[in-house]
Amino acid sequence: MNNENLIEVVNLKKYFSVGKDRTLKAVDNVSFNIKKGETLGLVGESGCGKTTCGRTVLGIYQATAGHVYYNGKDIHAMNREEKLKFKKNAQMIFQDPYASLDPRMTIGDIIGEGIDVHIKLSHKERQEKIDSLLGKVGLNSEHSARFPHELSGGQRQRIGIARALAVEPEFIVCDEPISALDVSIQAQIVNLLIKLQRELGLTYLFISHDLSMVKHISDRVGVMYLGSIVELASNHDLYEKPMHPYTQALISAIPIPDPKIEDNRNRIKLEGEVPSPINTPEGCKFMKRCIHAKEICGKITPELKEVEKNHFVACHLF
Amino acid sequence: MVEKILEVKNLQVSFHTYAGEVRAVRGIDFDLDKGETLALVGESGCGKTVTAKAIMRLLKVPPAEIKKGSEIIFNGEDVLKMSKKRLSSFRGEDISMIFQDPMTSLNPTMTIGNQIMESLKIHKKLNKKEAEKEAIKLLELVNIPNAKERIKSFPHQLSGGMRQRVMIAIALSCNPKILIADEPTTALDVTIQAQILDLLKELKKEFETAIILVTHDLGVVANFADKIQVMYAGQVVERGTRDEIFYNSMHPYTWALLSSVPRLNTKGKEELYALGGTPPDLILPLKGCPFSSRCEHCMEICLEEKPEITKLSDTHSLSCWLQHPYAPKTERPAVLRGERDE
Ligand SMILES: Nc1ncnc2c1ncn2[C@@H]1O[C@H](COP(=O)(O)OP(=O)(O)OP(=O)(O)O)[C@@H](O)[C@H]1O
Ligand SMILES: Nc1ncnc2c1ncn2[C@@H]1O[C@H](COP(=O)(O)OP(=O)(O)OP(=O)(O)O)[C@@H](O)[C@H]1O
Ligand code: SF4
Ligand code: SF4
Ligand SMILES: [Mg+2]
Ligand SMILES: [Mg+2]
Repeated sequence: MNNENLIEVVNLKKYFSVGKDRTLKAVDNVSFNIKKGETLGLVGESGCGKTTCGRTVLGIYQATAGHVYYNGKDIHAMNREEKLKFKKNAQMIFQDPYASLDPRMTIGDIIGEGIDVHIKLSHKERQEKIDSLLGKVGLNSEHSARFPHELSGGQRQRIGIARALAVEPEFIVCDEPISALDVSIQAQIVNLLIKLQRELGLTYLFISHDLSMVKHISDRVGVMYLGSIVELASNHDLYEKPMHPYTQALISAIPIPDPKIEDNRNRIKLEGEVPSPINTPEGCKFMKRCIHAKEICGKITPELKEVEKNHFVACHLF
Repeated sequence: MVEKILEVKNLQVSFHTYAGEVRAVRGIDFDLDKGETLALVGESGCGKTVTAKAIMRLLKVPPAEIKKGSEIIFNGEDVLKMSKKRLSSFRGEDISMIFQDPMTSLNPTMTIGNQIMESLKIHKKLNKKEAEKEAIKLLELVNIPNAKERIKSFPHQLSGGMRQRVMIAIALSCNPKILIADEPTTALDVTIQAQILDLLKELKKEFETAIILVTHDLGVVANFADKIQVMYAGQVVERGTRDEIFYNSMHPYTWALLSSVPRLNTKGKEELYALGGTPPDLILPLKGCPFSSRCEHCMEICLEEKPEITKLSDTHSLSCWLQHPYAPKTERPAVLRGERDE
């Protein structure tokens, strides 16, 4: 096993049963590594399994099959002590900030909760730490006495970020961490994440629909489609020469903040039926919407292979 | 002829909290024409959602208070004086809202099918069977795969973006005249986002639906908005047509907003332009320009007096002392000037 990988995910599957005899394959045979101090971006269609993947990597969901190794240790085979440590070191910033904040707790206590369990500080140190975290995410100490419903959407999202940072983790799954924030605070948060990475060597799995931001923060990017990774490459290669037809459509649809460009753009429009992750057929899952589909695509599921150095694609064109 | 469908005048909203009065919206004016899309942009916490909820009369009073002197006029009718009964038809048939937090506005104990059907039964007077058919159609319209089966799902069984699309389906179910879309596409990937925006554009064309779009995504704004209103600390600091704001904005906060977006051509992991400091605490009274504590161009007068409104065209106006004839000449930042001929 390679020691510099902090995270190794091997053939991970997470299925949900939905009614009689029907399974929904939210994550279907996904493998990837993340090196210490690296950021892996994860993008893909809404509902393709990114959140489920992130949660399963952290052990929040029990995997249906496959393994997740953290520092070489299988997270499902850890003893109590190791588990507690893993729970501190690996944090998640949740996609739905409101649903993940206890409405009866003040902001200060929400952020302080993890500190109380894992770090233990004096009352004064604890409050100082909370205030400094609030400052880092662009809020002020005045917010610490408020309740979640008294905050705006973006303010709540930042509470989730402060809570994850509070316990000084090594690894963070950032699930749409900045989607509710305006661009200037987005920039502030992303700069903060990059700074923490430089200074403390943090490792991130960064899930987002904002492809410009993913490009900005990631070292490598994985593209998911219907439960599987269809392309994985360095951020430069993925944006400069996307190979998988789905990735190409995705990149062509990135909104550009300039009206003149937006008015005269050609997007690759995805036509065809949106596939369902329930009882998926054999073959390439993108087939029904792919303009390049060939006969073989309906028969054999393409495997992720290294097409160019460090550029992996799952498509029969390559 | 343009027809005004909504007028908001001097809207002021406060929340009475334990810590004091939070003055979230501090005197906002705007008009909305039929078939027009107005984008509200601005810092997190600047009052966009509160403005939207005030228009829908959805704020809980107390702790909220819509201050005396505020006016909201829908098609000549005073929204603040509507009866309970009128409000319920107003919300379903005249105006509807896509909420920022889909999880808080969907009922966790009810299938999404029933939630969509409920509004169809009340407002469109459909029977159960018709409502179910319509619900499936709506879910297909927002690109939910397997809609027939998915109407039986509960919200927690859906991904973040699916919940958002369910919200959109509910909001569209009664063909409202005004649609308020609060961050409608943040949880969606760009290809589905493009489809939803196309769908909204069709609605606009076909039914002349007016849209108030609240979003942080300036790419979406560039694609979709007719007019833009930039808000800061509960006030409008600049407004104009889409092109006026993108190519000719003159307010330092608008500049900061436009400069913070990552460009696709940067090398990555470079520091992004980020505005320093934090927005003012809305509990304290604001003196002078609300942006003064973070503005690079702040002058003495900015700390003392609220800047007057300057009109640059029929559609473009802003509140900033730099427009005063005695103020030093200031150019738009270089990054923004370059963008014109990119
Ligand atoms: N608890 C659950 N029970 C049943 N199905 C679920 C559950 N959680 C997720 N799913 C399904 O698994 C699939 C993947 O969901 P997931 O939330 O991982 O998607 P996602 O990629 O994060 O999407 P988004 O970008 O919209 O957040 C979806 O089809 C979803 O409906
Ligand atoms: N119930 C409440 N009690 C006290 N303060 C509130 C309440 N609701 C909102 N606020 C405050 O009012 C201000 C405006 O909130 P609003 O939700 O309108 O912001 P927003 O512009 O929509 O921000 P975002 O982009 O983050 O969603 C915020 O500072 C918020 O903290
Ligand atoms: S495998 Fe075939 S259907 Fe799938 S993306 Fe490649 S060409 Fe298209
Ligand atoms: S009025 Fe003064 S402080 Fe306010 S934006 Fe203009 S220059 Fe800056
Ligand atoms: Mg998700
Ligand atoms: Mg809001």
